[in-house]
Amino acid sequence: MNYKSTLIYLIISTLYLLTLKLVWIILSVLQGLELTNITLETNLILGLSLSLLSILFGNKINLLIKNLGLSLIFTYIFYVINNVAPLWFYFGIFLIYFLFLNNIRNYDLKYLNQPHVIEKVTFKYITLFGIVFFSLVILFPFYIMLVTSFKTQASLLMNPLDFSLDFTKNFKEFFKSYIVVFKTYNFSRYILTSTIVSVGTVAITLLFAIPAAYAVARLNFFGKTFLSTSILIIYMFPAIVLVIPLYTIFSQLGLRNSISGLLIVYTATTLPVAIYMLQGYFKSIPKEIEDAALIDGHNWFGIILKIIIPLSLPAIASVALYVFMIAWNEFLFSLMFLDNPKTFTLSRAINYLSGDAETPRQFLMAGSVIVTLPILLIFIYFEKYLVGGLTSGSIKG
Amino acid sequence: MADKLSKIEKRTAYALILPAILLVFSIILFPIFANIWISFKEVELKDIRIPEPRAKKIIKSIPEDPTKLKIVYKLRNSSLLENITDVKLKDKLPANIEFVNIDPRCNFKSRTLSCSFGEWKAKYRENLEFIIYNVNGNLIDKKYLKSKKPKLSGKADNILLTTNFTLNNFKKVFFKNDFKDLLLTTFYFTFFGTLGAIIFGVLAAQLVNQKFSGRTFMRSILLFPYVGPVVALAYTWTLLLDPNSGTLNALLIKFQILDQPINLLGQKYLTFQFLGIDLKLRLALTTVIFFEIWRYFPLAFLFVLARLQAIPKDLYEAADVDGAGPLNKFFNITLPQITSIISILFMIRFIWNFNKFEDIFLLTGGASGTRTLPINVYEQGFAISNIGMGSAVSMVIVLILIIFMISYFKLIGKKANEL
Repeated sequence: MNYKSTLIYLIISTLYLLTLKLVWIILSVLQGLELTNITLETNLILGLSLSLLSILFGNKINLLIKNLGLSLIFTYIFYVINNVAPLWFYFGIFLIYFLFLNNIRNYDLKYLNQPHVIEKVTFKYITLFGIVFFSLVILFPFYIMLVTSFKTQASLLMNPLDFSLDFTKNFKEFFKSYIVVFKTYNFSRYILTSTIVSVGTVAITLLFAIPAAYAVARLNFFGKTFLSTSILIIYMFPAIVLVIPLYTIFSQLGLRNSISGLLIVYTATTLPVAIYMLQGYFKSIPKEIEDAALIDGHNWFGIILKIIIPLSLPAIASVALYVFMIAWNEFLFSLMFLDNPKTFTLSRAINYLSGDAETPRQFLMAGSVIVTLPILLIFIYFEKYLVGGLTSGSIKG
Repeated sequence: MADKLSKIEKRTAYALILPAILLVFSIILFPIFANIWISFKEVELKDIRIPEPRAKKIIKSIPEDPTKLKIVYKLRNSSLLENITDVKLKDKLPANIEFVNIDPRCNFKSRTLSCSFGEWKAKYRENLEFIIYNVNGNLIDKKYLKSKKPKLSGKADNILLTTNFTLNNFKKVFFKNDFKDLLLTTFYFTFFGTLGAIIFGVLAAQLVNQKFSGRTFMRSILLFPYVGPVVALAYTWTLLLDPNSGTLNALLIKFQILDQPINLLGQKYLTFQFLGIDLKLRLALTTVIFFEIWRYFPLAFLFVLARLQAIPKDLYEAADVDGAGPLNKFFNITLPQITSIISILFMIRFIWNFNKFEDIFLLTGGASGTRTLPINVYEQGFAISNIGMGSAVSMVIVLILIIFMISYFKLIGKKANEL
């Protein structure tokens, strides 16, 4: 028996189990549970003995029976020690034990004798810790955003830890924040504006970028290298530098507080990225196809329309989604250019709401959910394309 | 023939590229030059509205005589500061109208009332009144009268177009604006934000590059902070970190890690003891940096992951044969393969974080020691309403940026094109 590696394995796996339990306890506390009598010591002992038992049994008995049996026994012990919480809490603990045993199923005394085993075990656990850590850190704010939108300011001020949702409420009461946000704060209008601005930006950007990218990728003309370098440079220029001059110019031209003004700025700022991304893809299309079309008597316009666009639909989709994301999420220009609620985009509207200290936080969060949900859904649905767009264009942002 | 073809090609190329160029030039390049221009002028927010002569037409009926109407033009100079010279008014009236009284500055010919007023001083106001009647004795077409709007014209100086320049803005930026602190905060924010994002990005990429169930799901959610709208995320964080009723503070107090809530976004310094030495941490700035890392590590993750997946598998297999452990493999195979992408990411993200505005603005508004250069641009230009100062600060940003970019293109310009 290799004592050193066994000891390290025991320590790390106990810590890992403790982390899993802690996350579950935090999440349960956020459901309004009082879980103050759960002590660190008992959990350390429980974790140590579970890890030890698991490697002692090894795979001498059927894995499923071992895992189920051990988790049931330990959940029962846990239940006896801290007999306070509702049943679902212990069910979660049971699942954690089961998941944990499943994670360490490969370890037995024989395994711990292999070379580099300490490093391997550590790496394995770092991965496991990483999964828990990143999931928690990323999803927690989104969770708080969503749940807060269903609570009331008064109940949150009374107990900031009680995020339990009352599903017994009727529909109207349950979605009250959303109803208020739509009825009183006119969010349907802002959704419409944001949609028009984002879709419009995508359409105009593509309309301008596809021909330009084709010219840069395929045609020879004076100043081509200069142009492709300047695209890269312009694309790195920060919006904050443009804000003041654009503000003054737009004020004098009367373009502030207008959707068309916003469209112009969004299109201009996303064009360099779009051209940069598209020309890279166009270059990868074999030129022979175009030559054949040229001989058939098509002009450049026909080539772009009939050959380039159909062949590069995935790239165009990537660019479109990326530009849509930028336009939908954009805040700086909408803050500068819009001060009339009639022309607000969603982001600007939420910012405007938060400017009033009286606005209850559930309304603010309901608005945040409304602006976040569409873009996340689009991302999940079109992930392949958007990730493509992100990798080729999002050095910016 | 070939010559002709290349000529056509050139012409087509220009035609294809021109719309995009024009738009980008007018919205990005022209403003950059305008910015230089403005930064040498003392301009305030209220100056940028061009003074305009304005008139509001009010029509009143006269009870004693229904065939007559009174027209009142409420005239004013829109500017409180500038005079307008050579002001003229034109208005079209219905047919068969005559004036009972007419102002000496005006005349009425072929249904058009035209007046010339000469100069209007700043804040000028006047009510110009006329009484009109119909020659045929019928009622006057009120609808038509209301539908026509008077047209005004005048000449005024546009402060933006005059040619008196000054260096005052830059003097103020460097000597009266606590410039050192501004620069230091910006660099602190930029450097640690970039570094942290890359470290977490590499960790996350290394994680997702392993085999485990739910890996694709993990990859999706790792990108959420970057894909989500900054406004929503920043406000969620503000709520989460709120000292009075925020979840984080409540949790920390509940688990007895803290005795008192801590204002993570509103407290400038956190003093604590470490090894017997009193240390001061820029607390709010650190929190903002963590938000920045949280939001942008997904990008580093994405790039590093793409690189990791391109590393040939047989390298690792060979290492396995040699009996190398995981740590050995990471330092001798993985790390050398991702250093170039990391250096590119560092440069590019450094430039972008240097210009970051929204995140800090939404979290702290630049208070509690989080005032960076971009925040200062906004403050000077819109909070203090000094457009010229704001421009000058943003010129400083541009200058620093140009230095970055030159060094960037010199160092790894070629590699960036391969991305």
